[in-house]
Amino acid sequence: MSTPESRHGAAAARRPCAARASAVAAGMLAAVLSGPAAAGDPPQAEPIAPRLGRPLGEAAAARFDLDVFPDGRGLPAGRGTAAEGRALYAARCAACHGPQGRGGTAEDLAGAEEPLTARTPDKTIGSYWPYATTVFDFVRRAKPMDAPGSFTNDEVYALTAFLLFANGLVGETDPIDAATLPRVRMPNRDGFFGVDAGRER
Amino acid sequence: MPTSRRSSAGLLPRRALLGGGLALASAVAAPREAGAAEPAPAEGERPPWMRVPGRPFSGYGAPSRFEEGLQRRIGANRAVPGNGVSWTPLEELEGVLTPSGLHFERHHHGVPDIDPQRHRLLIHGLVARPLEFSVADLRRYPLRSQLLFIECGGNSNAGWHREPIQRPAGSVHGMVSCSEWTGVPLALLLREAGLDRRATWAVAEGADAFAMDVSLPVSKLMDDALVALYQNGEPIRPEHGYPLRLIVPGWEGVLNVKWLRRLHLVDRPVMARNETARYTELQPDGRARQFTFVIEAKSLITSPSHGQRLPRPDVYEIRGLAWSGRGRIRRVEVSADGGRRWTQAALQEPVLPRCLTRFRAAWRWDGTPAVLKSRAIDETGAVQPEREALVRSRGTNGYYHYHAIVSWAVDADGTVTHVYA
Repeated sequence: MSTPESRHGAAAARRPCAARASAVAAGMLAAVLSGPAAAGDPPQAEPIAPRLGRPLGEAAAARFDLDVFPDGRGLPAGRGTAAEGRALYAARCAACHGPQGRGGTAEDLAGAEEPLTARTPDKTIGSYWPYATTVFDFVRRAKPMDAPGSFTNDEVYALTAFLLFANGLVGETDPIDAATLPRVRMPNRDGFFGVDAGRER
Repeated sequence: MPTSRRSSAGLLPRRALLGGGLALASAVAAPREAGAAEPAPAEGERPPWMRVPGRPFSGYGAPSRFEEGLQRRIGANRAVPGNGVSWTPLEELEGVLTPSGLHFERHHHGVPDIDPQRHRLLIHGLVARPLEFSVADLRRYPLRSQLLFIECGGNSNAGWHREPIQRPAGSVHGMVSCSEWTGVPLALLLREAGLDRRATWAVAEGADAFAMDVSLPVSKLMDDALVALYQNGEPIRPEHGYPLRLIVPGWEGVLNVKWLRRLHLVDRPVMARNETARYTELQPDGRARQFTFVIEAKSLITSPSHGQRLPRPDVYEIRGLAWSGRGRIRRVEVSADGGRRWTQAALQEPVLPRCLTRFRAAWRWDGTPAVLKSRAIDETGAVQPEREALVRSRGTNGYYHYHAIVSWAVDADGTVTHVYA
């Protein structure tokens, strides 16, 4: 679009709504009456739209950003071990997920016995989840059940470490952090194939 | 199998319906309407409601008190009541639009109570200009309305069971509903933010207690996604995403992120829990289908269906719904003899892409046992498979995307049960 960058500025955002609305309305009317947009505008079937998005600083965006990628992007500072996570798991998770990550009312997280090719396969973190980073991402965004988002990053690392330990994937005192977590190779890493989209890009 | 032009197993040609003049009996629903009927007033006598002034106006209408039993059916986790499902009672509804209050729900951690004045949509990551939008901002953009179904990827999953589940149609297949969704074409907002050429995926996140997130290809978001503000003409109900819901037409329900608060433009999927551990389909060889976005061609006879009863041999209207995430329904065929012979059903106009389509067929039931089936064919030529074929290709541990033909057996006494046939 040829619209100048400055329209995204704070001044534009504070311009009275009525003035902006009428400008937009006039623009739409002009488009309707005169057909194709003025030279310089891309040819478009798209309706002409106001540009009301307010600029969002990278720092502000980062404060909201909870996304953790398989290569470790998005992991915060902090660390934890399974030994540290054990008590937290017992206090905040075991009531639903069972003392060792299985046998509770919620899904089994560890202790798979039946392989994925069995008639009744066990789909746990250790047997099914392709990426260790997903454990951190999910625990941080959704847990604990009664107070989502209340764990500190160290606590999320410790719980992630405990769940990986319960699945035999890390040692009890292995430090889990932004550097080590993406390097945990999950057994079912290559167990998926994309149907309506490729898996990488 | 070719479609028969003759009537087969009592199925009557479409003109029997379209021409009118054919009186059709109805399957009797159970158990809601099973109570003894009150006698009609004597001839010439006014019924009570014609002898008193009617009730005054109401600010927001509600169904008749005689329809209070028409409810979503709830199945939730006792320990986490906000994690579960409520099914649309499909066999009790007609037409194609689902009343908003009966639209199915699937929440992962309850319905958030969002103040729209404090809610923002953030677009950031691989864009020239990270932006945030208020709800009031978004209401000023050009809007687009579309009639669309939304179906949960887990709908009909009891079909994978070894034995046919005996429940009303809506309580098995009712995680599909249809609304008019109105919102801002997401392409407008993404263009405003200025997409980086490396931006091939977006992580969409909701403002619920789960901060539910999934990855979506940018190509789909640019093609036909909406940031919906309105459902069936009014602001979206809280349980369906108030104040903002991402709508990705024809794609499975979980991708239509409710309470949308953030779109993170990236160059690869985030591999969220709900696109790895869940909403993937384990196949017999131990590998799993992932990113199965598109809802495949599917149909369901809603009447007669499980729990209903045909009171006597008579002419009945077979009624049902068909849908496909790939576009329009081209044809629905019905069979009354377990799939040996098929007859084309009438499609209720308008037939819209990625929208529920109502089909109807007249059937003369002679009182002998029958097995009713419907199969959908969409405009890409995709044919809804028989259960046996679906299980043969995908096993029974996939859980999601069950879309096989549903069979209802009508017994000699008129009772209707679910069968694998």
